[in-house]
Amino acid sequence: MPLALLKYGLSKTYPARRHFPSESDLKSSYDIVIIGGGGHGLACAYYLAKDHGITNVAVLEKGWLAGGNTARNTAIIRSNYLTPEGVAFYDESVRLYQELANDFDMNLMYSERGHFTLAHTDAALRTARWRAEVNKHLGVSSRVVFPDEIKEICPEICLDDDVRFPVLGALYHPPGAIARHDAVAWGYARGAMERGVEIHQNTEVTGLEIEGGRVTGVKTTRGTVKAGRVMQATAGMSGTVSKMAGFKLPIRSIPLQACVSEPYKPVFDSIVVSGSLHIYISQSSRGEFVMGGSSDPYGLYSTRSTLDFKEGLMSHMLELFPFLSKVKVLRQWAGITDMTPDFSPIMGETPVENYYIDAGWGTWGFKATPVCGKRMSQTLATGKVPDILKPFALDRFERFHQVGEKGAASVGH
Amino acid sequence: MKILNCPLNGPRNIQEFVWGGEVTEMPDPNRCTVAEWGDYVFLENNTRGVIREWWCHAATNYWFIAERDTSTDEILKTYPAGEVFTVRTDFEVPEEDSKG
Repeated sequence: MPLALLKYGLSKTYPARRHFPSESDLKSSYDIVIIGGGGHGLACAYYLAKDHGITNVAVLEKGWLAGGNTARNTAIIRSNYLTPEGVAFYDESVRLYQELANDFDMNLMYSERGHFTLAHTDAALRTARWRAEVNKHLGVSSRVVFPDEIKEICPEICLDDDVRFPVLGALYHPPGAIARHDAVAWGYARGAMERGVEIHQNTEVTGLEIEGGRVTGVKTTRGTVKAGRVMQATAGMSGTVSKMAGFKLPIRSIPLQACVSEPYKPVFDSIVVSGSLHIYISQSSRGEFVMGGSSDPYGLYSTRSTLDFKEGLMSHMLELFPFLSKVKVLRQWAGITDMTPDFSPIMGETPVENYYIDAGWGTWGFKATPVCGKRMSQTLATGKVPDILKPFALDRFERFHQVGEKGAASVGH
Repeated sequence: MKILNCPLNGPRNIQEFVWGGEVTEMPDPNRCTVAEWGDYVFLENNTRGVIREWWCHAATNYWFIAERDTSTDEILKTYPAGEVFTVRTDFEVPEEDSKG
């Protein structure tokens, strides 16, 4: 054992820097209060401090840091969406992700894998062509590939035609990546706290103070604080929080389940998705196969796991990847997703003045963490919604101006 | 396997059913504002607790109502829609449409 390591271990003043500073009491007033200490809320706090120099900010979290959907997603990052609005938005996110580890000086295990969206029908192939053209037009690397090329890039996949749903082709998106989701949240939290932002865990918001249609404060289980501007970033519980502000959302809370296998040696380096078969799979840096399927068939706030999910997922999974037949599932879990009617998020202004929303993150929230944090921080700092967020306004449902992204959702619905 | 008790077909695997969302009141389409119609079509109560909701038994195309707790997934009861909707709703056709 090197002497330095021994000295390090025996040192009384532990020389490693504390990842997060210790928590303080709540102040009586903040310029900005963010409800929800998940990836999005933390990213917003980080960019408020870093880009706009606003540090009198509190992030209030009911449970613990990034313990909700930030820790439950399957960590896929991509920008091969269907609408020009969606592609522009997610592309900015991918570009921010690519620089994020340097920004934080922290290893996020960001790993570009190449992302396949398989097509098993002519209709799915048509959507793949459509997405490829929209992507290409906006400078996103994405193209339609056929079985011979799929087999070359991803030899593990079974492309036989004596199965129920043979693969006809795929949309291939080389920048498709995975990253360690907890690390993303921790990096944002540390960066925000180092710049003076306060993060308060175990602090549940129980109500809002609204005077004359304008939010002025937030009631919490640890007392009331005044706030200049407030943002809710509580995907999964968005409707519950928005009711405190007095408005309804076009959101249904629907569980999404996923599972991981025991760790295996690295054998599979692509990300493969099939919207028709309702499956997606990648192998994490520690060797676990991360697998997910379709959203649950009805609304629910319980994060229970079901056998139905596993059966449905595995029957299709084994058809595409017979080599998984001996692989054991290690863990299964669920997250509660905010499903919007058009499969796009909701960001920006609300009917309450100075109260902003970041919601509707369905099955596409993790990949948008950096761009949403950056652009929502801009919104909170200036009070003006930037152009890139405008298509995702809450009032689009009153104006019937939806941003239809169902065709690009990797999860079956 | 989770069982849903269909008022027409008896207890069946819940996979045979399609969820239709919460039972809400429809505004008069001829008189409501665009925003009110948008509210009816898109906005959700998304209640955490006992709700009354639509279900359809896909194989028989039979729509009925269930009461279910959305925090525990416990189905409390199911009954035919006729128990709630006792009066037939007839829509008057706006004049400009009826000419068509």
